[in-house]
Amino acid sequence: MGDRLANGVLLQMKNIHKTFPGVYALKAVDFELRAGEVHAILGENGAGKSTLIKILGGIYTADQGEIYIEGKKVDIREVHDAQKYGISIIHQELVLVPYMTVAENIFLGREPVKGGLVNAARMYEEAQRLIDSYGVNISAKSMIRDLTIAQQQLVEIIKAISYNSKILVMDEPTSSISEKEVKFLFETMRNLTAKGVGIIYISHRMSELAEICDRVTVMRDGSYIGTKVVRETTNDELIAMMVGRELKNYYTRDFKKDGEVILKCENISDRKMVKGVSFEVKKGEIVGFAGLVGAGRSELMKCLFGLTREYTGDIYIDGKKVVIRSPADAIKQGIALVPEDRKLEGLFHVQSVRFNSTIVVLKEFIRGIAVNRRKEEEITQAYIDRMSTKTPSMEQAIGKLSGGNQQKVMIGRWLATSPKILILDEPTRGVDVGAKSEIYAIMNDLAKSGMAIIMISSEMPELINMSDRIYVMCEGRITGCLNHEEVTQEKIMRLAAK
Amino acid sequence: MERAASSKKSNVAYLANGIKHWFKDNLGIIIALLVLCVALSVNPITAKTFLTVKNIFNVLRQISTNLFLACGMTMVIILGGIDLSVGSIIALSGCLAAGAVVRYNLPLGVALLIGVLVGLTIGLFNGVVISRTTIPPFIVTLATMNIAKGLAYVYTGGSPVRVVTKEWQFLGAGYIGSVPTPVIILIVVLIVTAIIMNKTRMGRYIYAVGGNAQAAEFSGIKVSRVKFFVYAYSGLMAGLAGIVLASRMYSGQPTAGEGAEMDAIAAVVVGGTSMAGGYGKIGGTIIGGLIIGILNNGLNLLNVNSFWQYVIKGAVILLAVFIDYLRQENKDRIKVSVK
Repeated sequence: MGDRLANGVLLQMKNIHKTFPGVYALKAVDFELRAGEVHAILGENGAGKSTLIKILGGIYTADQGEIYIEGKKVDIREVHDAQKYGISIIHQELVLVPYMTVAENIFLGREPVKGGLVNAARMYEEAQRLIDSYGVNISAKSMIRDLTIAQQQLVEIIKAISYNSKILVMDEPTSSISEKEVKFLFETMRNLTAKGVGIIYISHRMSELAEICDRVTVMRDGSYIGTKVVRETTNDELIAMMVGRELKNYYTRDFKKDGEVILKCENISDRKMVKGVSFEVKKGEIVGFAGLVGAGRSELMKCLFGLTREYTGDIYIDGKKVVIRSPADAIKQGIALVPEDRKLEGLFHVQSVRFNSTIVVLKEFIRGIAVNRRKEEEITQAYIDRMSTKTPSMEQAIGKLSGGNQQKVMIGRWLATSPKILILDEPTRGVDVGAKSEIYAIMNDLAKSGMAIIMISSEMPELINMSDRIYVMCEGRITGCLNHEEVTQEKIMRLAAK
Repeated sequence: MERAASSKKSNVAYLANGIKHWFKDNLGIIIALLVLCVALSVNPITAKTFLTVKNIFNVLRQISTNLFLACGMTMVIILGGIDLSVGSIIALSGCLAAGAVVRYNLPLGVALLIGVLVGLTIGLFNGVVISRTTIPPFIVTLATMNIAKGLAYVYTGGSPVRVVTKEWQFLGAGYIGSVPTPVIILIVVLIVTAIIMNKTRMGRYIYAVGGNAQAAEFSGIKVSRVKFFVYAYSGLMAGLAGIVLASRMYSGQPTAGEGAEMDAIAAVVVGGTSMAGGYGKIGGTIIGGLIIGILNNGLNLLNVNSFWQYVIKGAVILLAVFIDYLRQENKDRIKVSVK
């Protein structure tokens, strides 16, 4: 690693300023990337990471400041310029065309042409060669929509690399892929850096830094805070730099011994992803569900929440057998589900925080045509306070809040139903560190008050530090259950990849 | 007692707040409407005719058909759908109602009820298909549009079914006191629609399903029931529009309501409702309907060639939506900057 830091400077961004109407988005930001280096940019949501990247990628233009590539001053005004200088960006949201093949996506806009027509044979051949060279098991002829999210992400990466870029930007590439695929991604990254490519890596996951990154630059509120060599710093120091204060207890958890069993599931199957799963959850417990993407964890919860009508098996709540055929049934039984994909399954973007907070409990203040607006506002305010959601007002459109605050509204929406069993599917995905820590503290409080919490998570530290017990799933089955005292990352991985 | 009094006061405050918001949200089109009215009031050609009680009532009478449809259409579009069948429903419901009186000598009340039920039935059919399958609403209602139109022609053989009784004319051409009957009906329908949209759980569900159907399902909302209700309501409104129009024209005509669905969509869109679903207000639709209606009336008073009227109407729709687009663009820019 030491020699990598001695490599030549590939990219320098100096004194970058950017303002939007009313907001100073970037203030005198400096950034440097060496050849063959993986350089992380850390910062909470709103710190200015994306803005900086968009300036590099030609989506925005800086108001002030200079960009040098290999020592030469360059002027990046549009996306095309960035491509010309060998900069590729893999955005957080996938931008592949779902109804086109892998090869068509990779060569979109620069298809090999023969006599004015696309030379399909050559395109597929070259695409397949590219894919194979990274040891990925995907056919160039597969339709994008038939691939898993992780595979799509790999295609995206291969596409970005195929431009022969010198500088590769990855914006939260691991947010939707499993541990195993992360390993693969890291391997690919190492291959690239060995060839002298410089990688800018944006992630919320502290645990990945030590594994893959050489240096880390921290940003806060649009300002440059500092750059550290990863092996010479600590997580605590970085977190303090990010939030501007010491976070005393990142994880808050009072582990609990025994409560009554509130939920018992026997032999749950959905005939697709879930194959005969049995487990139980006690009052006051936080039960983690670990596993790779596609292990069937989310699908299991969908059975519990009535979103899968054709499930088989028995569900007992408080010892009584219940039948759940719709989310309405599940809500009646005191089950709440905060879904995995906030954007797709949770938010009503254009609507207000108030609308989003109360949509499940309308019965409490709308009777016939009588709307008790005051009650509605009381409920909304209560959960804004409870979750310490930061919003200018309850009429603010939820789409304009940060990921962390959106998630707090989502959790608040379900707490308003006073559930007995709260299912949290990836509760801190796309949530900044400060809000994460707050969400952990709230989960701990809820468990202490007797609520049973089920947490699906792909973040090992979160699972290990928050769960009383962890069920590990693999290919639709539970392959083991680990108690808090005995759990380690290795044990989970072994069970998850059985 | 004290509590009741204070809660009443806060309801007034909410109402005032609602009106303030309605004004603020629709400022652009309210100004457009006022400009249009002022222009017609001061123009020497139209000054004498436009601002008379008779003309205003006349305009409102004409607008009523479009606004009945637009009430249903607002819900449909907020739901993220579209209903192309409403224009044809006007024809079919008018023809069958007129036929019930003329051909089968049924009492007027029964005939009118038949007309309304025809609309409701087609709406229910749209609702069942759209809520039970994933066939796009555009396709489903395109099909029922043709079916309804076809049935109207089949039933009438292509010629109008004339009704000449005085009672028949009451609904569309009559007066209650000195106010035209359709205007009274329109006010009732607007109030009912506004209540459903703003004061009921169903109203919230419509916004929720239109904004994000999957999130709505995850929230325990019975999405198919909401879709079913909305298309049924749209059909019902079209049935109502059908009998009112047939009454005004003294006949059920198979050509009635042709292209009416487009005018309804125009009123909704000019009123600021998003075609993407999830966002919009009935208050905006009312102004949208008024703009289109008064524009028609004004162009007639100005003796503008009817062919050119289409061109002008199209330009106005585009302009209204373009202004909304600019406003939205502006909002997005601010959103990005906050991020």
